[in-house]
Amino acid sequence: MWQVVLFNVTNGLIIGAFYVLMALGLSLILNLSNVINFAHGNFLALGGYLAFTLSPALGYWGALLVSPLLTALLGVAVERLMIRRIYNRDPVYSLLLTFGLAFVLQDVARYIWGPNGLPMGLPDALAQPITESLFFITWYRIFMVTVVIVTVVGLFAFLRYSRIGLRIRAGTLDLETVATLGVNVRNLRTFNFAVGCLLAGLSGVLAAGQIGLNPNMGDDLLMPSFIAIIVGGVGSLIGTLCGGLLIGLAAALTTVFYPSASEAVIYAILMAVLLLRPRGLLGEEGMMS
Amino acid sequence: MSTTAVAVEKPQLRINRRLVTLVAIWMVLLAAPFWLPLVGGYTALAGRVLVFGLAAMGLNLLLGFTGVLSFGHAAYFGLGAYGAGLTLRYLVHSTPLAMIAGTLLGGLAGTLFGMLIVRRRGVYFAMCTIAFGQLWYYLAYSWNDFTGGFDGLRDFHREPIGFAPFTLDIMGNATSFYYFLLAIFAAAVTLMGLILRSPFGRTMLAIRENERRALFLGIPVARHIWMSFSISCFFTALAGTLYALLNNFADPLALHYSLSGYFVIMCVMGGMRTFWGPLLGAAVFVVLQDYISSMTVNWMSFIGTIFILVVLFFPRGLLGVLRRVSA
Repeated sequence: MWQVVLFNVTNGLIIGAFYVLMALGLSLILNLSNVINFAHGNFLALGGYLAFTLSPALGYWGALLVSPLLTALLGVAVERLMIRRIYNRDPVYSLLLTFGLAFVLQDVARYIWGPNGLPMGLPDALAQPITESLFFITWYRIFMVTVVIVTVVGLFAFLRYSRIGLRIRAGTLDLETVATLGVNVRNLRTFNFAVGCLLAGLSGVLAAGQIGLNPNMGDDLLMPSFIAIIVGGVGSLIGTLCGGLLIGLAAALTTVFYPSASEAVIYAILMAVLLLRPRGLLGEEGMMS
Repeated sequence: MSTTAVAVEKPQLRINRRLVTLVAIWMVLLAAPFWLPLVGGYTALAGRVLVFGLAAMGLNLLLGFTGVLSFGHAAYFGLGAYGAGLTLRYLVHSTPLAMIAGTLLGGLAGTLFGMLIVRRRGVYFAMCTIAFGQLWYYLAYSWNDFTGGFDGLRDFHREPIGFAPFTLDIMGNATSFYYFLLAIFAAAVTLMGLILRSPFGRTMLAIRENERRALFLGIPVARHIWMSFSISCFFTALAGTLYALLNNFADPLALHYSLSGYFVIMCVMGGMRTFWGPLLGAAVFVVLQDYISSMTVNWMSFIGTIFILVVLFFPRGLLGVLRRVSA
C-alpha cells in the first residue's frame, strides 16, 4: 500500500511540477499584459519537438538548453507581430487571437512532425531507476523535479532581485505608473512574454522525456494550469506555485483511491475555492477586477 | 443612396430601413430550403446555421450587450444537447419535453455558476468560465456508461410532435424539421428583442457602456450581470437542445472550449454590437468550416488564421463595419 501511495505522490509531484512551470508562464503573461495565452500549450509542444529535432545534433543536454530559448524567440516574434497590437483592446480580442494562434501552431506541429506520437530519447544515465525496490523513481524523474525547482527558484530570485524583475512586479500592480517613470513598457512586455514562453518550452522538453511527443500534448496541461492560477489567486505567482502543486497532488492521491475521479477532483477544488475564497488562496482582492 | 437624403429624412428612413432589413432576413431564412440547393448547399447546413446562430446570439446578450466576456458557453450548449439527448434516450420519447429538460439543465447550471463568478471581471471572469466549462467536458468524456464517453451519446432520435392526427413529422422530412427549427429560432429571437428593449435590456447596455456610472446610479450591477449571464445561458442551452435534435447525437465536443471560441468568433465576425451580427457570423463560420474541412485536412490552421485576421484587421465585424459606413 505505502508503495502505491508513494508512487502516486511522486507522480503527483511530477505532474504538479509541470502544472507549475506552465502556469507560472501563463501567470506572468496574464499579470503584466492581461492576456490569457491559449497558445501556451502549443509553445510547450513546440519546445518538446524542437528538442526532439535538435538532440541528434546537439545531444540531449544541448537541446535541453537551446530549445526553450528558441521557443522564447518564437514568443518574441509572436508578441511583436500580433499580441502587442491588441493590448489596449477589449480582452475578448486577445483571447480570440491566442486561441486562433493555438490552432495554427498545433496544425504546424502536426504538419512538420506528423500526427502520431514520437518518443523522446533520454541519456542512459537518466533512464535508470534509482533502486530496484523504488523501480518507479527513475533518475529522470528526480532530474526533472530538480530542474523545475531550480527554474522556479531562479525565476523568483530574478523577479525579486533584478531590476527588470522589479519592473515586472511593479507593472503587475500598476503599469501606467511604471510607464510614467520612464520604463519602456513595450519592451518589458515583450521580454515578459518571452520568459513565459521559455518556461513553456522548458516544460515541453521535460514533458517529452516523460510522456513522449504529440501535437496536442499541451492541451491536457492547459486547463489544469488555468485552474492552478485561479486556485492560487490571480496576480500572485507564489499562489500559482501552490495551486499547481496542490491540484497535481490532489489528482494523484485521488488516483490511488478512485482513479476515474482524478480529473473531477481538480474541478471540485476549483469550485470550492470559487465558493469559499473567490480571490484564490493567495490572491489579493481587487486584482483583475 | 446619397448621404444628404439620409440626413434630411433620417427618422422616417431609419424605420423603413429597419423594416426592410427585418423582412429581408426573414425572407432569406424562410426561403432557405428553396434557394440553398441552387447554390450548392443543403438544408441541414441551414439548420446548423440557425442552431449556432441562436447560440451565438444568446452569448451575445452577455458579450455584446452587457460587455461581459464568457469563453465557456459551449458548456451550456453541450449541457442542453446532453439534457435533450439523455431525456429522449432514458426518460420519455417526446421532443418538447426533451427540449425543456435540456434548456433547464443548461440554463440552471449557468445560473448557479454565474452566482459564483459574477463579481469577477474581464479576463479573470473569462478564465473561470473556461475552466468551469471544461468540467462538463470531462464529465461527459469519462462517464462512459451514461453519456457514451468520447464516442458521444447515440441511440436517440427526435420524435414527431403533437398528437395524432395532428402530428408534425420532423423526423424524416428535412424541410419540415428546418421550419420547426426556424419557428423555435423566431420565438427565441423575438424574446431576445423584447428583453433588449425592456428597461432591463437598457440597463445591460448601461453596464456595458460604463459600469461604474451604472453603479452610482443605484443599479445593482452584479445582480444584472448575473441575470444577463443566466438568460444568455438559457438561450444557448436551447440552441444546444436543437443541436442534439438536428444530429440525433450529442458528443463531448459540443462541450469543449473550442466551441466556446467558435461562438465568440461568430459574434465578433458578424459584429457583436449588433443584434443580427452573430447570426451572420454563424452563417459565415458554418459555411467556411463546411467548405474548408471538405477541402483540406489542415482546416485547423485555416480556422485559426481566420481568428487571427478577424482580430487584427476586422475587429468590428461585418455588420459593425456596415453600420459605420452607412451612419
